[in-house]
Amino acid sequence: MTGVLPIGLANSTKVIGNVIHSVKEYVMVIQLHGDARESSVKMVVEYFKGDIYQKPPLRSSVKRSIRVRRIYEIELLEIRDRFILVRVLSDPGTYMRKLAHDIGLMLGTGAHMRELRRTRTGPYREDETLVRLQDISEALTLWRSSGDERYIRRIILPVETSIAHLPKIMILDTAVDAIAHGANLAVPGIARLTSNVERNKTVAILTLKGELVALGTALYSAKEIAGMKKGVVARTRRVVMPTGIYPPAWRKGQPG
Amino acid sequence: MDLVEKGLSFIDYITARAGYRNEWIVLRDAETSPDHGVLPYERKVNDHINYGVINLDKPPGPTSHEVVAWVKKMFNLEKAGHGGTLEPL
Repeated sequence: MTGVLPIGLANSTKVIGNVIHSVKEYVMVIQLHGDARESSVKMVVEYFKGDIYQKPPLRSSVKRSIRVRRIYEIELLEIRDRFILVRVLSDPGTYMRKLAHDIGLMLGTGAHMRELRRTRTGPYREDETLVRLQDISEALTLWRSSGDERYIRRIILPVETSIAHLPKIMILDTAVDAIAHGANLAVPGIARLTSNVERNKTVAILTLKGELVALGTALYSAKEIAGMKKGVVARTRRVVMPTGIYPPAWRKGQPG
Repeated sequence: MDLVEKGLSFIDYITARAGYRNEWIVLRDAETSPDHGVLPYERKVNDHINYGVINLDKPPGPTSHEVVAWVKKMFNLEKAGHGGTLEPL
């Protein structure tokens, strides 16, 4: 398989795994085992839009019980002889190989996946930010030999891009170091938050400059938080920012 | 633009690039000190790497794991990780 594989470097390793839980888009080539009319292929492919049931394949790392996955978009892009090209936007953990097999069953011809390319993982897409291994190698060579960092800056994205799809909370300078130490976030430390913050959902905790401090779990919705005067509103889970970047404006045992 | 506006427009920009939108609820107006922290796109190059993500076009052949190991080696990093396995071929 080829395509979008976001890699977190050094400190970004801690949070890059989080994009596993985000929406995926693929383009795949399916080979049919018999002839089929374009109209019936189109009809069958589009039939898979919505909730589908899948049992993880024999060789998989998760429990093999039937699970529900949603196909948000599925589209027949091209058909040539017994090869069909399909674009799929789906929940994470949807098996494309299974989907190809099931399309074959439904069509009555049988089918299997021949090629797969991922075109999106949550916030990362197949656009001008997508780089090849060669691009990395060239950028590194240029930087190491002549000190020219322009290409390094171009091929590497800030860690904040990995939380672009998440609800966000921006916090005061005075609250940053406490979060960096792993403390939970309380209302008085918040400057602003996005309206899609939801109870028990992941939230990105950012400084006012836009730096990612940590990932946490929201304990209330944005509306509820907006109406609160005090109290913990997010449990800090993964800290990215080291301690000591922002001054400590807190003391042990101090409330808030 | 002051630092808060720059920080906010950076976050809104990367969110829009990812195909999403932020609807902000402001709880209190606040400033941020230029003496601590840095705008994410103005990090020194070594920090830019250590707080960086590469949107890699995985080549066919190696496993996702192998590709990460190569990238780690190229940068001489102790840690690197990927966001979601892609089968080798």
